[in-house]
This record gives sequence, C-alpha cells and structure tokens, in this order.
Amino acid sequence: MGGRPKIALYWCAGCGGCEESVIDLAEDLLTVAEKAEIVFWPVALDARYRDVAAMEDAEIDATFINGAIRLDDHIRMVRLLRKKSKRIIAHGSCAHMGGVIGLANLFTPRQLLECAYRQVPSMADPPGPLPVEGGDGPRMPELLPVVKALDQVVKVDAIIPGCPPPPETMARVIDDVIHGRLPAEKTVFAHRKALCHECPRLDSRPEKIEITRFKRLHQTRWDPDVCFLPQGLICLGPVTRGGCDARCIGANMPCRGCFGPTERMDDFGAGAIACIAAMMAGTDEPALAQLVDSIADPVGLFYRYCLAASVLGTGPTP
Amino acid sequence: MTRRLLIDPVTRLEGHGRIDIRLDDAGNVARAFFQVPDFKGFEKFCEGRAAEEMPTLTQKICGVCPTAHHIASTKALDDLFGVSPPPAALTIRELMHTAFVFEDHLLHFFYLGGPDILVDGDVHSGTHNVFGALQAVGEVAGRRAIQIRKKVRALIGLLSGSALYPVCGLPGGVSKPVAEQARETIAETAAEALVFARQVLALFHQRVLKRKSFRDMTRSGIFSLQTYYMGLVDEDCRVNFYDGKLRIVSPQGGTFAHFSADAYLNHLQERTATRSFMKILYLKAVGWKGYIDGMENGLYRVGPLARLNAAMGMATPLAQGEYERLYDAVGQKPAHNTMLYHWARLIEVLYAAERMVELARRRELTDPHVRNLPDRQPAQGVGVCEAPRGTLIHHYQTDARAIVKQLNLLVATQNNAGAICLSVENAARALIKKGRVTDNLLHQVEMAYRAYDPCLACATH
Amino acid sequence: MTVFEPRIIALLCNWCAYDGADAAGRARLDLPAQVWEVRVMCSGQVSPGMVLKAFEAGADGVIVLGCQPGDCHYKEGNLHALKRMVLLRAVLEPTPVHPQRLQLDWVSAGQGHRYAQVVNDMVETIRSLGPLAAGHSREEPLNGG
Ligand code: SF4
Ligand code: SF4
Ligand code: SF4
Ligand code: FES
Repeated sequence: MGGRPKIALYWCAGCGGCEESVIDLAEDLLTVAEKAEIVFWPVALDARYRDVAAMEDAEIDATFINGAIRLDDHIRMVRLLRKKSKRIIAHGSCAHMGGVIGLANLFTPRQLLECAYRQVPSMADPPGPLPVEGGDGPRMPELLPVVKALDQVVKVDAIIPGCPPPPETMARVIDDVIHGRLPAEKTVFAHRKALCHECPRLDSRPEKIEITRFKRLHQTRWDPDVCFLPQGLICLGPVTRGGCDARCIGANMPCRGCFGPTERMDDFGAGAIACIAAMMAGTDEPALAQLVDSIADPVGLFYRYCLAASVLGTGPTP
Repeated sequence: MTRRLLIDPVTRLEGHGRIDIRLDDAGNVARAFFQVPDFKGFEKFCEGRAAEEMPTLTQKICGVCPTAHHIASTKALDDLFGVSPPPAALTIRELMHTAFVFEDHLLHFFYLGGPDILVDGDVHSGTHNVFGALQAVGEVAGRRAIQIRKKVRALIGLLSGSALYPVCGLPGGVSKPVAEQARETIAETAAEALVFARQVLALFHQRVLKRKSFRDMTRSGIFSLQTYYMGLVDEDCRVNFYDGKLRIVSPQGGTFAHFSADAYLNHLQERTATRSFMKILYLKAVGWKGYIDGMENGLYRVGPLARLNAAMGMATPLAQGEYERLYDAVGQKPAHNTMLYHWARLIEVLYAAERMVELARRRELTDPHVRNLPDRQPAQGVGVCEAPRGTLIHHYQTDARAIVKQLNLLVATQNNAGAICLSVENAARALIKKGRVTDNLLHQVEMAYRAYDPCLACATH
Repeated sequence: MTVFEPRIIALLCNWCAYDGADAAGRARLDLPAQVWEVRVMCSGQVSPGMVLKAFEAGADGVIVLGCQPGDCHYKEGNLHALKRMVLLRAVLEPTPVHPQRLQLDWVSAGQGHRYAQVVNDMVETIRSLGPLAAGHSREEPLNGG
C-alpha cells in the first residue's frame, strides 16, 4: 500500500465559495497536489462520474463535500462518495446546516419553480412549461421536498463550518490528511467558544443589555468601535462559533451566524432566540410583541444559515 | 439504435452541467443538449427577507463572483431607497469590484478555461488544468500569477471584509472607510497588478496567439456565432464594470439599443428551456427563434468579448491599445468567434489593473464620509454591474417596511445561455462525424462553452 | 379515515401550573388524553431549544404553563418565558410550524378549572391545524422523470 493520500472535493447545491476557499490556498495548493492525489475535483480537474463509480470502496482518504442536498442527484452522489471514502467532511455552512439555500424550506418546491420560471417579471408571456415538465432530452433531476444538510443523508465524520470557511482552516485540515491524520469522529474545525471572544469589540459589550427597539442596518449609523448589541443592532456573535477571525465585524458589519452553533447547542436559531430574548426590554405581551415587530425578518435572521438543519425547516423526524 | 454520448459532469467551470449528445443512424450528431441540473430558488426564498440583507444574502448565489452580486445588490438598494453614495463610497465600491474582475479573470485563465489553450498535448494526460497551465507558462510566471491573485484578493478583503464574503455594501454607501495609511498598500498592489497584466498579455501573444492551432480556431466557423452583444458602457461608450448604461449592438455592429438598467424589462426577456434549469435570456424586440444565430434571432451574448463589441473602446490607454490590436487582427467589429473571449478577457485584465491604479490615486478614496442614510420610503430598485461573465441585474420590489416582495435576478451566464447551448451543439456537430468519437473530440466540444467562462450556479440561482 | 389525535406536550412549572393540573385531576375534570405533562422547575427554564426538540420528537403542539405574572417562584422566570415565546412565535410565523402550535399561559396552583380549559382549548386548536408533518415538508417530490 502506501502511496499518496487521496483527496476528493465535491459540491452539491452550493455556490462555489467553498471551492474558492480551497483555491485560495494559493501556492499551498501546489504542495497539496504534490503530497496528495486529488482524485476528483470537478471545478478544477477533468474527471467524470464514472471514474468515481469505478473506484474501490474506501479508496479515498478524505472527501470534502460542500453545498446543500437539494436534488435527488445529490443524494446519489454523496452516497457514492460515502462508499468510496474513509472520511466525509462537511465543508461549509451548506453541507453543515443547509446554508442559505435552506431558506428555500419556507416554500414548497413548486412555489420555488413557479416563481423562477413563471412569475418573475422578465418571463415571456405566456411562460412555457416548467423545466421539469415535458419535453424530451436528458433526464431532469428531482427537487427533494426539502433541502437537507449533508448529515441528514449520509454519515458525516467531521465539519468545517463557515460560509465559506477560511482558507487557513482548509489548509490545516488538508495538511492533516496529507500527513495521515484523518479527523477524529465529530471534529468541528473551529473554535469551541463563541465569536465574541475573538471580537475586537468584546470589551464594549456590557454585562446586561436592554434593547428597547431593534434597529435596522439601513436606518442606522453605529459606532464602529462599540459592540453592535447595545446599539440595538442584532449581532449573533454570542451564539456563533468562533473561528472566522470576526471577519464581518472587521468590515464593520454584524455577525449573521454562518459558523453555526457553539458547542452543546443543538439548534442554532433556538439559541439565538434565547440570547436575543434575554435582552428585550418590556414586561407585558403587547409591548414585547411590538418590540419583536421591529425585527424585520426574524426567521431569515436567526435561521439564515441553518433552517434546513432545524425542525422548522425539515419538519419532525419521522 | 441511436447512440448517446454523455459528458457528465462538465468540468473546470462553476456549477453543474452535463452534455448529452444524440447521434443519428449515420453516426452524426442529431442533437446536443447542454443541461444544467442545478436549482436553488433564490427568487422565491428571498421574498419576505429584509431588503438591507440582500447584498450578503444574494451573494450566496455565487462564491466565485460574490463581489459582483454584492455590488449589483447594493446598487439596487441605492435605487430602492433613493440614496446616492458619497464619492468615497463610490470609489471604494468600484475599486473592489474592479479588483475582483481582475483576479476572477485570472482564475479563468490559469485554472478553468485557460488550460485549454495554454497546455499542449492530449487532454487525457490529465494536464489540462491549473497544474499543467502553471507548468506550461513556467514556474516564475505561474507563481507570480498565484501571488498576484492572492494579493488582489487581500485588497478586496481589506475593502470589504473578505474576498470570499464581502459584506461592506449598504444602501447609500459602504460600512467602512479606507484609512489613509492603507492607500500605499493599495497603490502598490494596483501597480503590481498592472505589471502582471502586461506580462500576462505578452505571454498570451507568445504562447497562445502565435500558435497556429489557436489561430485556426479563432477563424473557424465551428466557434463562431453571429449574435447581438450587450455590455455596460460609460458616457463615452467605453467599457465600464461598475456603472453606466447598457448598450446592445447588432451582429453587424450597429447600435441596437442604449438604455439605463432600470428599463431592462423593455429590452430583455427570458424563457424556460425544457430539460434544463438554466433560463435563457433574449432580446424582447427581436424575439426568440430557437438555437440559431443571425440578425433575425434575439440571441445575444455578454461577457468580455461582448463588452468589447458593445463598446467603442477602453477607458485606459494600454487596454485601448490592445483593444485595437484585437480588432485589427480580426479585421472586423463585432468579433464573432467565441475563442476570442480568451483574448478579450485579458484585455479586461489590463483595463482592470490600469483602472485600479487610477482609483487608488483618487483623493476621495480615504475620505471618512462613506455613507448617506436614506430617507425615502422604498418601493423598487434596480442595480446593475458587469460581472466577469457578463451583465448582472438585480431588481427588488418591497413593501413600505423594506421587506422584499418580489425579486428578479438576471444573472450573467443566463444572458449567454442560448449562445452556450448553440455553441456546444455546433461544436459537437462539426467535430463528431460518422460515429467517430474520441475523448479528445469530446474535450474540444467542452472548449466551446469554457471560453465563455460560464457560471452555472449563477445561471440557475 | 382515521381521526387525527394530536400529541401535545405541556411543560408545567413545578410551583403553580403543576399544582393546577393536579387540582384538575383531583376534581376529576375532563382532561384530554392527548396531553403529555412534563414538569419543569419554572417556565423560565423552558428554552426555545426544548420547544423545538418537542416538535422534532413528534409533538403537534407545545404548551408552556407557568405561574401568574408576579407569582413566579423565581421572581421573573415567567417573564423570561414570555419574552422567549413572543420572539419564537414571530420566528415560527412563516415556517411550516404554525405559531399557534406554541402556547404560553398562566395557571396558578388552585386553578384546576383554568388548567382544564387551557389544555382542552389547545387540543381543539391543534386538532384544527392538523398534524405537524402535514405541512409542505411532506409534499410529494416534484417529478422530473
Ligand atoms: S457554505 Fe457558503 S460558500 Fe459554501 S457553498 Fe454554501 S453558500 Fe457557498
Ligand atoms: S455581539 Fe457581535 S459586536 Fe458584540 S462582542 Fe459579540 S461579536 Fe462583537
Ligand atoms: S462574523 Fe459571523 S457571519 Fe461573519 S464570517 Fe464570522 S461567523 Fe460568519
Ligand atoms: S416558578 Fe412558576 S413560572 Fe417560575
């Protein structure tokens, strides 16, 4: 045996940002290609699905899968890759929690298709059939009833959070694989503690915060040196896993939670709700309801990256 | 029995695609489908979301061009709220966008489509990729390419939070000013980018244009389509990535339309393709007549070559020189050969670098006033920019609380969708005859779409 | 056709609501069989995560019952519960989990009748909403073919 470790990278319903997080290894990518054999990586290397099907079981040491599970094609492909790989690593928020694409679970597949192919104002009038209806030609993939995170479909061995993850993290994980250190079961490649701990504004975050009105970004000027929360702007730093180097805060924008929950929290949105609720000023239901009303889009805010991983997005476990 | 050839998946591009070729009894191509098996539904699930979150939400349509979506979206918010950004914000936005086009074009040239024309020999040696390309151009040039891309991406990060995830866009400006101390770094990076852009063009002339096989392709009917072209132009009708009006020229070069993006619905229309999630855009006034080129069909193209065709020149001197060289070599304008996208793309790299140098010098770059607050009630807004792969339009309608009610996205590759399908079919017909198929021929079929640098994730948002 | 029998989780605070339920039992009031009672120390202990866990495990409705305002054994536990539930319900609004599937109410120790009333109403509400899984999450896959 021996030989170079084998790596594969694949995408499901993703945006390519996770792929860029690997391309951004820059020169280190050359080292990776030298020390490991990249056996499948459609964005960069020519290969066909049949090449994957022809591999031995567990032939690949580590497969990085990004993107959410949206189509039946994705299920087939990740099952195949699961079979061919020793480790499956969920790469990025979409694979980890369904990502932004999981917001689609607020609608039915038919609503999504009808909107895109019939209702948008630039569509020809009358519109044609939906692309999944009729016509001849190659088979069309089916939309699943709901978008899923990767671990709702196959066993996932480790997670790299982030939308997308920092290239430095990718470099570290790939380096481990190259040196024969496959990630231990359930490793999450980010910090244990919340983002606030790496935030330069932490010192300005008061112990007790009382919010009397939630403000919106476009209506507000904020102090670039002070924690967003006491300024009435929601920042999800307190419940988000650290590891991004507070990159949004660095650009003077609040955190939207792409790294997902900190340890011991199951449902990210539920944790975020608990955290923000504790800061709400008011003692009676009408006043609180009015305060909550000043949050423009609660589900889109607290579940921006994780709806598909929640009962709110996928329904109860059958 | 008819034979079926499947290229699945297509590779070295952004997103999912497959080519399904059906041969007739004689072994010639009866049909070639370019299918995009990918769909997300952004136009629906952004409904109900807060308008001000659109720049960070819609950029998840594409992680290769998040900056373009971020810009188009932010501009749509300017329009939605009726607020003009201060000069510093405009400079910061254009600088980050231009820097982005620069590095993204290099991504295509060295990682995705470029290897097709940079690397010699059989595709099956597994060398038509970034590693082969770097070897082909030589260690020094290869490493320079990687380094400059990294630096320019760091510059985007400095301005926007992260090149992978820009977050600075707000209606009426940006979230963060540029410190005067950063100007020097920015200027240095821009200057280096310019040096590299000139080198890469020299390399292109040397390695690619001089080669007979490439010149043959640029003259071959296989890769040629007589279509309309669209691109954003400034007030002097020169290429601009950040702002201006849309100009459409006919296959013969005459001005067909010249309009501001908010009038897009009068000019552009889309249709559903059967058996593919990629919608096809076409010119409303001409109509869609199917997968054919020529004046009579509303098929049009966008992206580097289209932008050059649709404009009357480049706004910077070196790029203008190279622009003239291209049309001199082709002998006509518009240039119709798809392989010329590769050249046009590098001319834009040069323009982008020169423009970055200019922008880095602007006084207002470091002005701390980077944002005006809106005071108008929102209703609807349109934002446009040139993404590396072509014109990108975001259109939002909201209620009085700025909650999105309807969203329409015309995304770069969708403008090229009809042309891409046609190019693939033409190439398949020309290359595959009498049942003779090799992997190399199939690869050449793939070159037909790769020259466009398509982004299929964008095209199916 | 089988009749839909909702499954409801009632989270009762130890100091008031649980006693209220007890009183209802002792008084032999009509109590619905579809309600599973779970005792917690205080309604303020009930996190949004627990509520979602209940839905995930198959509850069609969740009702949280605490002491009357001002009477919480831990002073402000029920106020915390109120804040969370108001926010959580706003989040539920556009999701397949209808906000009415989550209720919060106050029942003091002696209020057996009130308890019976509240849980019976809950059963009726959920019965009219139907099973949770009947949302679009169970829609048949769209056929591609
Ligand atoms: S996690 Fe983010 S960057 Fe990665 S594929 Fe999903 S949307 Fe794109
Ligand atoms: S809440 Fe946000 S701004 Fe405040 S300390 Fe945490 S991460 Fe920083
Ligand atoms: S600050 Fe928050 S949203 Fe931004 S990258 Fe970090 S974890 Fe993601
Ligand atoms: S003890 Fe009953 S609500 Fe707190």
